[in-house]
Amino acid sequence: MKTSKQEYEQMVKKASPPSPTLKNCAWAFLVGGAICTVGQLLKTAYMDLGLDADAASAGVSVTIILVTAICTGFGWFDKLAKHAGAGTLVPISGFANAMVSPAIEFKTEGVVLGLCAKLFSIAGPVLVFGITASVVYGVILYIVNMI
Amino acid sequence: MIKRTGKRTLLFQNGVYMRAAAAVAGKKEGEGPLKSWFDKIFEDEYMREDSFEKAESMLQKEALQLALKKGHLSHDHLQYCFAGDLLNQCIGSSFGVRDLGVPFLGLYGACSTMALSLGIASVFVEGGAAETAAAVTSSHFCSSERQFRFPLEYGSQRTPTAQWTVTAAGAVIVSSHKAPVKVASYTAGEIVDFGVKDANNMGAAMAPAAASTLLHYFEDTGQSPSDFDCIFTGDLGAVGTSLLYELLAREGVDLSKNHRDCGLMIFERKRQDVHAGGSGCGCIGSVLSGYIFKNLEAGKLRRVLCCGTGALLSTVSTGQGESIPSVAHCVELTREENI
Repeated sequence: MKTSKQEYEQMVKKASPPSPTLKNCAWAFLVGGAICTVGQLLKTAYMDLGLDADAASAGVSVTIILVTAICTGFGWFDKLAKHAGAGTLVPISGFANAMVSPAIEFKTEGVVLGLCAKLFSIAGPVLVFGITASVVYGVILYIVNMI
Repeated sequence: MIKRTGKRTLLFQNGVYMRAAAAVAGKKEGEGPLKSWFDKIFEDEYMREDSFEKAESMLQKEALQLALKKGHLSHDHLQYCFAGDLLNQCIGSSFGVRDLGVPFLGLYGACSTMALSLGIASVFVEGGAAETAAAVTSSHFCSSERQFRFPLEYGSQRTPTAQWTVTAAGAVIVSSHKAPVKVASYTAGEIVDFGVKDANNMGAAMAPAAASTLLHYFEDTGQSPSDFDCIFTGDLGAVGTSLLYELLAREGVDLSKNHRDCGLMIFERKRQDVHAGGSGCGCIGSVLSGYIFKNLEAGKLRRVLCCGTGALLSTVSTGQGESIPSVAHCVELTREENI
């Protein structure tokens, strides 16, 4: 063919519509903000019920994880996430969805090698980076405290 | 007798005929523009099975059984069954036709499998190796999603260039006995890789392969697009189709006047939210076995080219940063006079 790979690369760039970044950002801002606002309301409510700040924060996380898991199970979460993008991914709802969705999907391959083995197929990197970051943070804090 | 013309086009001179064909589809496809052309529409994505893979096998089984029924044939009449799909080790096909008791030849041409299997089945019939043979293929949105992308319920965003894997299957029975629709030629394609790495832009990856095979066909036979009622491509979608036009225009071939892409026909893109269009083996598989075959049979189409396009990638090759090699196979179908 007369078209070179380099020319074709340019043609592909021209022909491929870009993701609607502005719209995606607006959705992420609104949905992510709404989830965090609900989280704050829950925290205040839990503290009013007598929990201390740490316990109330944990309660908020547990509540959002539970709600996300239920919504994932009923097939609602992905419908919101399709629009919200980072808005549902960044709060702990994204993590809960990343755990529950493979659990539902791979249960057909058995409990041990299907459900349990593939439970972390998406959330695995989050855990690796999360734990690594916390270790690094801990070491830095230890050194700073020594000084 | 098979006659090779030019570099790679095989002409079937004795006559290979499409005795019957059947197309079955899922709910979303059944709500699309081609709904009236499917022989059966499944409302349940599991097809009453307990996994998506089994559901896909059921699609193939149903399509083949329906095609046999429409051709007033039974399994015993088939000498060979050529089938393929997108799942690892082609389990959609092997489990779909395992109870058939017919010699099975599994094929992998990704989304080009319908044209590939129909082409090879025709070679067998024309060459005298078979009197009657079947070409079957399928794809299922849910089984493909979990193999190639994410679990179904995982909340992710698709890019505008992404395509929607069609849940459908197509089965064609070819035979040496005269019938209205004839398989006139088969052009096998070479692997073409123009360096596209984005697995969410398969139309762009496959367009050069479609262009290559069509150009070879036109060169081999001396025909041009205007000699056909329509030239169908498999699943290039909106992006791939515009790139195909541009690639061919640079070669002096204008395809835009009588071309249709099955990936753009099977869904109404905006309403059904499928971004760049449909894809998957079942896309051209079901459109060829339904819309195209029935229109040829009715004489509304008299001469068409069906160019199936396949992206030969895997999750491993994508993970390792490889580009996407693609292939396109082309079958020419004609409406015989006075049959």
